[in-house]
Amino acid sequence: MKFTKDWLSDHLKTKKSEEQIIEKLNGIGLEVEKVEPIQNEFSDFITAKILKTNKHPNADRLKLCDVDIGGKETVKVVCGAPNAREGLLTIYAPPGSTIPKNRMKLEVSKIRGETSVGMLCSESELKLSEESEGIIELDQKYNSKIGKPYFKNKDNNNIIELSITPNRPDCLGIRGIARDLFASGFGDLKEIKEKKFKQTLKHSLKIKIEKNKNQACSIFGSCCIKNITNRESPSWLKERILALGLRPISAVVDITNYVMFDLNRPLHAYDLDKIKNSIIVRNSKKGEKLNALDNNTYILKDNMCVISDAEGVLGLGGIIGGARSGTELDTKNILIESAYFDPSITRKTAKELDINSDAKYRFERGIDPHSVKEGLKMAAQLIVNICGGHVSNFDIQETKKFKEKIINFDSKLVSSTIGINVKEKDIIKILNKLGFDSKKKGKYLKIKIPSWRPDIYGEIDLVEEVIRILGFDNIKSIEPEKVRLKPTLNFYQKHFHLAQRSVASKGYYETITWSFSDEKINNNFKENLETIRIINPISSDLGVLRNSLYPNLIYYMEKNLNRGFGNQSLFEIGPVFTGKNPGDQITVVCGIKRQYQNEEDYKKNDHLDVFEIKKDLIQTLVELGLEKDEILVEDKSPAYYHPGISGSVFSKDRKYLFAYFGQIHPKITNVSYGFEIFLENLVNFKNKNKKNKESLLLSDYQKSDRDFAFLVNKNIKAQLLVDAIQSIDKSLIKKIKIFDVYEGKNIPSDKKSIALKVTIQSDHKTLNENDLSDISKRIIKSVEEKTSAKLRS
Amino acid sequence: MSEFEKKIAEYKSKIKSSSKIEEIDLLRSEVFGKNGIINLEFKKLVELPLEEKKSFAANLNKIKQELQDIYKTKSTEILDKDIIEKVEKEKIDITLPEKEFKIGKVHPVSQVIDEISCIFSEIGFSVEEGPDVENEYNNFTALNTPENHPAKDMHDTFYLDKDMKTMLRTHTSPVQVRTMLKGKPPFKIIAPGRTYRSDSDQTHTPMFHQLEGLHIDKGINMGHLKGCLNYFIKEFFEVNKIKMRFRPSHFPFTEPSAEVDIGYRMENNKIIIGEGDKWLEILGCGMVHPNVLKNCKVDSKKFQGFAFGIGIDRLAMLKYGINDLRSFFECDYRWLNHYGFDPLDVPTNYRGLSR
Repeated sequence: MKFTKDWLSDHLKTKKSEEQIIEKLNGIGLEVEKVEPIQNEFSDFITAKILKTNKHPNADRLKLCDVDIGGKETVKVVCGAPNAREGLLTIYAPPGSTIPKNRMKLEVSKIRGETSVGMLCSESELKLSEESEGIIELDQKYNSKIGKPYFKNKDNNNIIELSITPNRPDCLGIRGIARDLFASGFGDLKEIKEKKFKQTLKHSLKIKIEKNKNQACSIFGSCCIKNITNRESPSWLKERILALGLRPISAVVDITNYVMFDLNRPLHAYDLDKIKNSIIVRNSKKGEKLNALDNNTYILKDNMCVISDAEGVLGLGGIIGGARSGTELDTKNILIESAYFDPSITRKTAKELDINSDAKYRFERGIDPHSVKEGLKMAAQLIVNICGGHVSNFDIQETKKFKEKIINFDSKLVSSTIGINVKEKDIIKILNKLGFDSKKKGKYLKIKIPSWRPDIYGEIDLVEEVIRILGFDNIKSIEPEKVRLKPTLNFYQKHFHLAQRSVASKGYYETITWSFSDEKINNNFKENLETIRIINPISSDLGVLRNSLYPNLIYYMEKNLNRGFGNQSLFEIGPVFTGKNPGDQITVVCGIKRQYQNEEDYKKNDHLDVFEIKKDLIQTLVELGLEKDEILVEDKSPAYYHPGISGSVFSKDRKYLFAYFGQIHPKITNVSYGFEIFLENLVNFKNKNKKNKESLLLSDYQKSDRDFAFLVNKNIKAQLLVDAIQSIDKSLIKKIKIFDVYEGKNIPSDKKSIALKVTIQSDHKTLNENDLSDISKRIIKSVEEKTSAKLRS
Repeated sequence: MSEFEKKIAEYKSKIKSSSKIEEIDLLRSEVFGKNGIINLEFKKLVELPLEEKKSFAANLNKIKQELQDIYKTKSTEILDKDIIEKVEKEKIDITLPEKEFKIGKVHPVSQVIDEISCIFSEIGFSVEEGPDVENEYNNFTALNTPENHPAKDMHDTFYLDKDMKTMLRTHTSPVQVRTMLKGKPPFKIIAPGRTYRSDSDQTHTPMFHQLEGLHIDKGINMGHLKGCLNYFIKEFFEVNKIKMRFRPSHFPFTEPSAEVDIGYRMENNKIIIGEGDKWLEILGCGMVHPNVLKNCKVDSKKFQGFAFGIGIDRLAMLKYGINDLRSFFECDYRWLNHYGFDPLDVPTNYRGLSR
């Protein structure tokens, strides 16, 4: 919503300056978004300085000037003035500006083969004097103004642009803004002057609002004005229309716009001669067409509110008019419409057809239903004034009476909401000035809500009105109490934070990537999850909710690779979506690692392999509170992993899947390793298996290491041997370490050799040779039985 | 001097004059070995008369001890000399680079969420969460945003179905609804999380982070809201003073509603928070609308309170001088390295938020 102080003063008598008004508007909830000078034909010209002149290669009398116009870079201007010289301060006209003397619009052009961006001006070109010899010479004080407009805004009148919140349709008219300022103590609200005009004609058009289901129109007011001379608007009107950022069209159109912005009362003007027989306001039928004033053709659906005549649709009620009945400069007879359309139905229709208009913007927020006549009056009076003509009586069709809204208001609510005491009489004063009538009744105030405030429903809305005008600065800050009744983080959240920092501490950089992904990449990872499409994605490559963290991580890892970063460890902790309903999501910690495959690096560094990622994963699980003997590693994993170089981590009872890890399948990306931890599973497991740390028992008896080498079938997993040894006696077997796995020479081709070091220690005595050899025999027996291995001699 | 004594004297001088560890080790075995001279001398003990035995053995032990001492001194001397010689040859260039230590980084958004949680923890807020996918009721209806209302235009929503019943949450406010529906007042929570709007340009990303705050109890008023936000902003920016301005605004779920600006000034192209005459909008807040309380089964005659919503990414940008919002989600290795935080740098209220 744009306005000028000049226009505001039609409604508000105030001595406050523009600056004070702007500050106050911000203070009462009418946010000032922009303040900019009114553009006129002189506002384009800029103070500039010639930094350098060069000879024009193709013309002796022309110069190529480097001109500082306040920007980062200078512009090149071709100039023929003899006084153009280095260091000269002068006035510059940029491309797009119009030279006042000859009305010539400047473009970037070539002069004798050299590009000139704009021009340097003489006094006569700017109509400052008759002096046309040479360009303007400014004195040194202009040195500080390079880049600024040379001509000052005469009366310092700016266009003030407000960002009006959707609850305040009344402030989409200048009258409403004035009223708010008045209530804030900024001057007096002027009465609207009514100039009398004669209504000599009889309204000759039949108008009917049809009874339809969900009829959006409940009031349709109109008048005919005949024998007008439509014309270009007078300059005062044009200036105001321009100030709104609109284009002046003709007096009739400009006046309807003027009334809309002045009173927040949208109107529509029809060429009366183009309306066939009568006007019927009705619901549309599917397939009806409207050639609208925005040069688009809309195909309507059922039940959209249309203004129609015998030939068909004339316009969409409260949204846009049709081209067929539009007014032209030669229009003689017009019909002015001033109506009320239901906010939500209007909004729905406009949304379905994707139309935006100033009228729609206002109707969907709620127009004052009692402003129908006021709007007709103001428009008729202006049209008669500017275009002449004769006005008919007003025809007001009304199918619904708008009831007065009355709220019983306990004024104590103001104090209890904002925390400071406000006297009832001050509350009443503010509300009255805003147009609310009040009557004391018992402990309540009976508050009558003005018809232009559709946003006021209940007591709390009135509280807001009072504090808004009173000023938020008056609220006293109360220091917060430092009391904690509940832990800040719950059990799951603690694990989330720990997991984040645990993975980060292992060399991984945390990333945050979109929750959406490219469907094609996501498909590699979705396994049997459903594809969750976004109906209106920001772009097709962000079209689905991610079923895994890998798609985005791999995408960005490869992007970094293109930036020249080889060795990378990235991770993300965040949601993975398992379905499209709220709550169908799990939290995954996903890490990914890639080594730069450079020949030299490859020799020097430790070669990255799956056990590196396994180390990071297992250590993270341990830091998250799992014991190594609570987990089980298996070689099953989803298809996006290398089938031979990947695995999964379960709880011992296989009820909880903690993680997957391994090499990403080479068909998806070059050698990269990753892991995925399923945080909820881990937390649920810990919740079910809560344990206290056992007190530490240290055995001081001697410990012994025994080495074993077994020959086993190739497909036997090392973990099986470990489990077989562990199962003998947990209190004696303190540690098992696999120190060699060997295939090849001296080993049958279907076998491998696994060498283990077993640490044996009793908590009760020193074991003698007999004890040890007994345990060793049991170890060998257990392994041989459970894995069909053979001890290598 | 006996033959034995002669030999001993000979060994003594041999050991003393030797300079190689191998040499004296050989000498040592000749003296102390199984068939060394000491042992051979001891064997004579058997043949001696009883009265001589004692003094003979004592004397022999003395000699043995003496020889051992000499040997030990000499071998230490030789070994030390070897080490010194070796150390002198081992001079390296200590300015060569240290071995690479791989510590990762925590994303600035995560760090800021931890900082925020830490601050609100002090004044008794606990952390709540909600799903990223929401239904219409929690995201709009319960929050007093009716269907076909222009207030919805403020949120460009990503929908998951054609009927527009499920969507990606456009704000963290549905967590208010969920929290109130599942519990009983008082409520004192913050809810950080991902939020989504179909908007993408220089200053908007389709996904961003918000922090929701909610405090509902008996007699909570706007003074508490002001105090709470004032405390938070001061603590977060780690300044002693803060300039703050409440501007009336409109959100369907709060009434009265306000937008909050903080004062700042520019110094060398950097934003200095807390002083100066410029204003920066940082959050929206207000008293929870009675309709919202009603929708969440909270008796608005007994309980009232405030809610606020803050853009977390924006806070991170302001505090840590990050210029481009979009860079948060682009995963550039250099960016992550530069703006990321050491995982050991956990914000705490006894050590402070940041280093």
